[in-house]
Amino acid sequence: MSENNKYDVEKNVNVEENDKYSLNDDRRVKVLSPGAMVAKRFFRNRIAVVGLTVLVIMFIFSFIGGVISPYGENQFFYRYETRLKEIAGAKENTDYRYLIKDADAFTPLVQATSTLNIKSHATEFQIAGSRAVYTIEETAEGLYLIRIEGREIGAITKSILSLDSGTADYELNYNALKAHLGDQKTFTIDGVSYEVDETGGLSREGTEIGYVSEYVVSPIGAVTDFTRDFKEELQYFLESNDEAGHFIRDGQNEKVQFTYKNPESGEDEIYVVAYNAADSRWVIKRYQEEHVYDLYSAPNDEHWLGTDGYGMDMLTRLMYGGRVSLVIGFIVVIIETGLGIVLGGISGYFGGAVDFLIMRIVDIMFCIPSTPILIIIGAAMDALGVDPSIRMLYLMLILGFLGWPGIAHMVRGQILSLREQEFMTAAEATGLSAKRRIFKHLIPNVIPQLIVSATMGLGSAILTEATLSFLGLGVRFPFASWGNIINGVKDTYVLTNYWWVWIPAGCCILATVLAFNLVGDGLRDAFDPKMKR
Amino acid sequence: MKKYIIKRLLVSVLILFFVAFCIYGLMRCLPSSYVETIARQKSMQPNSKSYEEWLAQLNAAYNLDKGIIPGFFGWLGNALRLDFGDSWSWTVPVTQKFNDVVWLSFVINVITFILELGIAIPLGVVAATHQYSRLDYTISLIALAGISLPSFFFASLLKLVFSVKLGWFELYGLVGRYYNQLDAWGQFLDKAHHLVLPIVTFVVLSIGSLMRYTRTNMLEVLSSDYVRTARAKGLPENKVIFKHAFRNTLIPLVTIVGGSLPGLFTGGFITETLFAIPGIGYTSYQSMVQGDIPFSMFYMVFLSLLTLIGNLITDILYAVVDPRVRIA
Repeated sequence: MSENNKYDVEKNVNVEENDKYSLNDDRRVKVLSPGAMVAKRFFRNRIAVVGLTVLVIMFIFSFIGGVISPYGENQFFYRYETRLKEIAGAKENTDYRYLIKDADAFTPLVQATSTLNIKSHATEFQIAGSRAVYTIEETAEGLYLIRIEGREIGAITKSILSLDSGTADYELNYNALKAHLGDQKTFTIDGVSYEVDETGGLSREGTEIGYVSEYVVSPIGAVTDFTRDFKEELQYFLESNDEAGHFIRDGQNEKVQFTYKNPESGEDEIYVVAYNAADSRWVIKRYQEEHVYDLYSAPNDEHWLGTDGYGMDMLTRLMYGGRVSLVIGFIVVIIETGLGIVLGGISGYFGGAVDFLIMRIVDIMFCIPSTPILIIIGAAMDALGVDPSIRMLYLMLILGFLGWPGIAHMVRGQILSLREQEFMTAAEATGLSAKRRIFKHLIPNVIPQLIVSATMGLGSAILTEATLSFLGLGVRFPFASWGNIINGVKDTYVLTNYWWVWIPAGCCILATVLAFNLVGDGLRDAFDPKMKR
Repeated sequence: MKKYIIKRLLVSVLILFFVAFCIYGLMRCLPSSYVETIARQKSMQPNSKSYEEWLAQLNAAYNLDKGIIPGFFGWLGNALRLDFGDSWSWTVPVTQKFNDVVWLSFVINVITFILELGIAIPLGVVAATHQYSRLDYTISLIALAGISLPSFFFASLLKLVFSVKLGWFELYGLVGRYYNQLDAWGQFLDKAHHLVLPIVTFVVLSIGSLMRYTRTNMLEVLSSDYVRTARAKGLPENKVIFKHAFRNTLIPLVTIVGGSLPGLFTGGFITETLFAIPGIGYTSYQSMVQGDIPFSMFYMVFLSLLTLIGNLITDILYAVVDPRVRIA
């Protein structure tokens, strides 16, 4: 250090003069390599840089986003939802019911005839083909006893006796109903005394065993049965509201709230009662909490872009979808570029019969309509039920195979024109092998165009994949791709109400494809400065 | 010239033959259970024949009971007599169904085409004459966005804005609910009203490439010597652009536009399907998804034919319009 300093001091006088002629790096004319030139020209193009930035963001979003996201690709979300669920139907019994004592005598024919006669207030009737005389006696209000030749065979009424456990036999049934509808509230069967109270409760020796009512309350769904207390309260509620005219008979769903104080828990249970005029029936609904898939929930703190139609986090699906879309795009482009280089290169370099053959294949491939082919293959894979992951592989192979002719055509054209140029003559004159001439001298000169077409090709491969997936013929659930995420929009209700299901995915596709095209354009201009004025 | 056209025609026929063969081969290479699936589905339908009968009929109808090559020649023989068989899903002869639906697509395409030319070419010229200006960047970006836009996304956006939010148009279909009660003029207006959104979709999606093509060619012409000479003579800029430059840009434009004329007979699969417009795109999409082989086969060969005719027109026009091009 000190030595150097001393030297510097000594030479100090001559420094300025020496600098003029020195060949130090900073004095040299800046010479950039061709690659650096291209990069410089590319970065001067502002739109292309914007495209590149968008691409970088998309790559980070898709490949790193999936890692950062707290949710998994196929993670479902649930939520609790309170919804009105039908738990019971109630009906005022307006049909006559039959209590049968002697089933042989009280046949359906007799039952029907009795009903008709009750309606016409007759007290006696006969049935054709028989001389027996049936008599009808109204033993209590609305309770009719049917006798044949004085012998009791059954009874007809509209009220119903329900026991807390077991079923009632005829004697109990008849007597309970008679007591309920008539004046005498007590009766005795086989020495056991029964009593029916004001509200229809039936007690045996002082303990309640059942009740009589004009309403049938039948449970719907998971609820098995209701307590008598509930049924009575409900009946009272229905009667009082009906009399007050709260149920509009022609309205389908006039809702009236019924609050039931549960005697066991002491809590108020709220029911919604609706009268259905069509079958003159009340439907009792109750708010119940349900564990359901969190479908189509709007963007919120937990799910920044909401959830989709499967109950998955939209943002996470978009990240994984982007991964699939980009990977498919890349593989397709690699396949088509590889095939294109090899076949185009062979065709252009060797010429002759090989060239003719390959070019005719290219002509034919150009003419084959690719979209219909993809649609048909997709539909066929649907029909065969191909596994979604294998399907994705097929999709890439097919897209790649359909794409090569364009690239082969371009490579061949380039090689044909390059082959005639001086540097190739020179390469041949130096005695280089054919392999070396192709790979060291020809191919590098085609690379700029290849990069441009591959960049553009990436955009179009992503677009094609998205279109196919949108049609339901490409990537399939459980895999996500931007195209199959947007698929939900086929449902008009989703289109109208859930923008977050399809607009973000569409924007991702648009942004990525546009960015690839912008970068491709920028690269083209950068590689080919002649085009710029 | 005559010799060239004849030669090209012969080559085209040969290519068409091979293309048809490839498509046929592909159809045959689809797993055979595909046809079986369809036969099964058909036999499930009420009042249908049994599965075996359907399978035998499908195989015979499509010459599937023979090998690929004899089967192909069987198809070709019928096709040359313009007999493409009966469509499976539409249950009428293929050509009849085609004739029923293609004209609607044709009308849509012609309107789209005129709008496309009217918008894309002026924009391309403006972009080229104002190269590197903000206007040029804006137009180029919009054109590129049109190319990059997925048709289904754009159509859905249009539906959301104009059908759902603004309520100007209906979401689906070609005719409205009261179509049958309208007089002839009303029916025409009703159809036109339903076609607005599909046509807008088609125009926006197709405008980009033609615009870019116009711009590139215009730029090339603008940098040529005779334009410099014209400017040097002191001609006003308007005259330079429209009399000298634009006329020369027309050479590549006419060829490419001429080449796209046969495309007027095709339909957009996705746009027509999304808007439920019963044109050829919608019909053929339905046929393909339902595995209607006769119709799909016919439509694909038809598309190939259109491509070939388009290429032929392009090449011939190129020679006709530009006298510098000599035909070998």
